[in-house]
Amino acid sequence: MKPAPFEYHAPTTLDDALSLLTEHGYDAKVLAGGQSLVPMMNFRIAQPAVLIDINNIPDLAYINAEEGGVRVGAMTRHHQSEISPIMAQHAPLIYSTMPKIAYPQVRTRGTFGGSLSHADPAAELPTLTTTLDAKFRLVSQRGERWVPASEFFLGLYTTALEPDEILAEGFVPELPPRSGWSLQEVNRRKHDFALAGVAATVTLDENDVCQNARLVFLSVGDRPMYAERASTLLQGQALTSEAIRAAAELASSEEIDPGDDIHATADFRRHLANVLCKRALEQARQRAQGQK
Amino acid sequence: MATLDHNDKKVIGKRVVRNEDPRLLTGQAQYVDDVDLPGMAHAAMFRSEYAHARILSLDVSKARAYPGVLAVFTADDMGADCYPGPPLVSPPPTVKDVVFNSRRQVPLVKEKVRHAGEVIAVVVAETRYIAEDAADLIDIEYEPLPVVADIEQALEADSPLVHDDLDSNLAAQLIQTKGDYEAARKSADVLIRRRFTIERGTAAAMENRGIVAQWDAKSESLTVWDTTQAPIPIRNGLAARLGLSESKVRVIAPFIGGGFGPKIMMFYSEEMLVPWLAIKLNRPVKWIEDRRENFYATTQERGQVHDVEMAFTRDGKILGIKDDFIHDTGAYDPYGLTTPLNTQSHVMGGYDIKNFTSEFKVAFTNKTIVTPMRGAGRPHGVYVIERMMDIAAKELGIDRVEIRRRNLIQPDAFPYEHGIIDQAFAPLIFDSGNYQAALDETLKAIGYEKFVKEEQPRYRAEGRRVGIGVLPFIETTGVGPYEGARVTVEANGKIAVATGVGTQGQGHFTSFAQIVAEQVGVDVTDVRITTGDSAHFNWGTGTFASRGAVVAGNAMHAAAVMVRKKIFKLASKVLNAPEEELELENGVVRVADIPQSSISLKDLAVLANPLRGAVEPGTEPGLEATAYYGPQYGPTAFGVHAMIAEIDPETMMIKILRYVVTEDCGTILNPLILEGQVHGGVALGLGNAYYEKLHFDENAQLLNASFMDYLLVGSTEMPRIDVRHLETRSPLNELGTKGAGEAGAIPVPALFAQTMEDALYDYNFEIRETPLNPNRLFEIVREEKTT
Ligand SMILES: Cc1cc2nc3c(=O)[nH]c(=O)nc-3n(C[C@H](O)[C@H](O)[C@H](O)COP(=O)(O)OP(=O)(O)OC[C@H]3O[C@@H](n4cnc5c(N)ncnc54)[C@H](O)[C@@H]3O)c2cc1C
Repeated sequence: MKPAPFEYHAPTTLDDALSLLTEHGYDAKVLAGGQSLVPMMNFRIAQPAVLIDINNIPDLAYINAEEGGVRVGAMTRHHQSEISPIMAQHAPLIYSTMPKIAYPQVRTRGTFGGSLSHADPAAELPTLTTTLDAKFRLVSQRGERWVPASEFFLGLYTTALEPDEILAEGFVPELPPRSGWSLQEVNRRKHDFALAGVAATVTLDENDVCQNARLVFLSVGDRPMYAERASTLLQGQALTSEAIRAAAELASSEEIDPGDDIHATADFRRHLANVLCKRALEQARQRAQGQK
Repeated sequence: MATLDHNDKKVIGKRVVRNEDPRLLTGQAQYVDDVDLPGMAHAAMFRSEYAHARILSLDVSKARAYPGVLAVFTADDMGADCYPGPPLVSPPPTVKDVVFNSRRQVPLVKEKVRHAGEVIAVVVAETRYIAEDAADLIDIEYEPLPVVADIEQALEADSPLVHDDLDSNLAAQLIQTKGDYEAARKSADVLIRRRFTIERGTAAAMENRGIVAQWDAKSESLTVWDTTQAPIPIRNGLAARLGLSESKVRVIAPFIGGGFGPKIMMFYSEEMLVPWLAIKLNRPVKWIEDRRENFYATTQERGQVHDVEMAFTRDGKILGIKDDFIHDTGAYDPYGLTTPLNTQSHVMGGYDIKNFTSEFKVAFTNKTIVTPMRGAGRPHGVYVIERMMDIAAKELGIDRVEIRRRNLIQPDAFPYEHGIIDQAFAPLIFDSGNYQAALDETLKAIGYEKFVKEEQPRYRAEGRRVGIGVLPFIETTGVGPYEGARVTVEANGKIAVATGVGTQGQGHFTSFAQIVAEQVGVDVTDVRITTGDSAHFNWGTGTFASRGAVVAGNAMHAAAVMVRKKIFKLASKVLNAPEEELELENGVVRVADIPQSSISLKDLAVLANPLRGAVEPGTEPGLEATAYYGPQYGPTAFGVHAMIAEIDPETMMIKILRYVVTEDCGTILNPLILEGQVHGGVALGLGNAYYEKLHFDENAQLLNASFMDYLLVGSTEMPRIDVRHLETRSPLNELGTKGAGEAGAIPVPALFAQTMEDALYDYNFEIRETPLNPNRLFEIVREEKTT
């Protein structure tokens, strides 16, 4: 469990990091919290020739409240999100989910940008940012671009990042008033990646009719699985248990693509997705109704 | 001068905090990987990717040429030195018609690999990094062979062969009977037949294995630091292998981060290789197993399939049991039949059963070697009998606690002739016990009555699935052959104690110190224990089979008693008072009623080893004694576990609400340490019930060789455990102790199954396999519902 030989750089500015990345391209890997990359290197599954450590670049870790949402720097540690009052107020779905990601040791190192760039379909942040319709700022020596979450996650560990790009920050929009949210997942042990999970947001009008709903699943496909039809189905309806049941049924039978592995069969994952989806919508509805 | 008055123990049985903890907690304890010697080279193993394959070609030239590499060895390079390790335990000579085919692991594989992870070549380099980089450059060509992955298929006539020189994969076969099962079944009101499957897990000690070997060519002596549970046998075996005198080989088993059985499996390939390399290269060599290697190369346990039939009367009395099972030994069987014999001797549990017949077959498979792992075959036996008792309770309409009560061995039936030959190679006798008392204590502690009558109906009315489980277990412990100890009062007044067993976290520096302090009248912290260093004690076997406290403990007690006698004899002379009038306390001997007439142990120790004058003829210098203890057979501990747990029937996620253990292991040396043993055991047991399963595919490839995917139970999964102690002293040894090291793990899978069936009372299903997981439980519940 020792990594293959590699060249190591620790630039102190984003410009230097980007120029190294331009120079080494596909041979290089960015090192953020190292919680996914380093184990892969130790198993020799990943053997990057060049490692560009971005931990020494100042000003990449922040959580700032802005008009309509929060801005989160790429190097923000999971632990910072977990204790941030700004996150609690403006992105409570993310805030309340953080303790479900791994365990404290991993959260003190693992980063917002690292989790998104790694794009593990079982990870929470890709699903949460997709649910909340976040967007990401990708920078390179060629310039910068904003990419919405819905276009960022392209497949298993695959994102819209080009080899010369770094994810610098994300912008997470705030939910409108009378909105509720929920993340439901099933983990074997408290800190494990989920066997299946789902994030839900709903926005109600004054008559408790659903104006907008979003359901995004994790661990049941090659990326965050947005159940668009089930989400649309709920619009314009009161969130009765029948409506919820129908949406969960549709989403779990037709809008996810779970796989088999040693922890769960596709069948069981589908079953869990259905159960969790109902619970998530129920909780989201209650939270929305609880708001003035 | 009483030696051990059980009613007046001053130190034994007290909740003394551990002497070793300050060192352990401040990082001052030495582990094998802390050994860092000048000029030390590092070894990396090149291991087989395949579970079963012929090696067609092997080319290590690129690895040899890699900068920083000192040497690469293959089986060919090792030549005549590459021969199998010794057989550790032969089958019991007392059982008739036993079949046993001994096949043992080699240092380096030559022609054919028999499990994934077998060592094919070893690279030695200036650093471990370089050694691993170079190992990546080894070119090998395999011819993959059909794989033996399943223990039942292994014994079919057309199965591929793990060992080509045998005509089947049968490693062993053994039948034991008592009474007349056939007659019993004919007179039965009810016969119950079931099949149970138990799958493999791993011990997952926190510290992986490791070896450092240092050769001193000038004195022709070898020092080996080894994470072994059995340092003396390793020393003896290494001396024999390397053609050295035993006095020229020193094996040190320093602090070890957990053993659990697999660390006894002398000799591992690496254990044979690393000392050989140190001599060959005349440089110290270190090899530290990494976690991934541990998943492939460190021995595992638990795979068995049982076909059971039990005969009952209508009122739930057991007339007899027939249990035939297959045991998976993996690619080799160095450890003989210990594990399946333990299973066989636990299949009757703590019940009074007159008629028994059991045949086991041991199968070679293309999987990692199986040797005893905490529980060591006992959990299988207990699983089988306790599942059968639950099934019988349901079929006969008798309460599950009641049916057990009707069959448990009665308190006045001890010593109880069990009659089945176990790992001690003699027909088992249960020395003592009070199973009913343990059951009563547990029912009271968990609040059984109240739960069943009040709480559970309330939960059920709320739609919550909360179940309760209660069941007993036994644990045979403390087998021979022997252990020894030397106790010395040193000139500084402290007590030095040495024993041959190794220590892997059991608290020996404290519990052994308590045994000695009890006799020698000093503070527990003034007793310094040395374990696991062949330079300090020359004789012994090792720490395993829940035997440390019983076998080494009683040797220690005997030596301490002898030293106490010497102290009194000398003090009597010095103080000019008869021995009967002397008292020994706080390191001082005084004459009763004359406090000013006293002498400290320190001064006595100096007097006992004079620099001038003569030691009287017929006496020995010093206040020192060495003693041995070798039990004819071991004492049998027992206990009862109970659990209340909730399950979410939609997700199959569980929450344990209450957990009670009543443990009776005879005289308790230190309740704090005992509770620690119980907690750790329960953690493993829970793993074996619901989390920890090694997943092999049809090619015997391990699919979860990391802690990401092997779901080791951690603190977040552990319930709070209420441990109750009963003390039914063993009449077999002076201290009255029985072992407790494995107890915690033994009944948990059976208890878990019972509890789940009770929780999901409104589903009709039966659990017949372990470990389970939510997915599997979901399937079982659903299958039975639809059928
Ligand atoms: C035991 C354990 C349990 C875990 N459990 C969970 C869990 O339950 N849920 C969960 O979501 N996660 C879990 N994780 C993963 C954890 O959240 C990681 O922190 C995260 O996946 C990666 O973040 P990192 O900062 O460590 O990234 P790194 O490991 O440093 O990098 C990961 C990948 O992203 C790339 N990268 C990193 N930052 C950037 C950037 N700014 N721009 C471009 N590319 C970048 C790297 O080159 C690399 O390819 C677990 C990890 C461990 C070790």
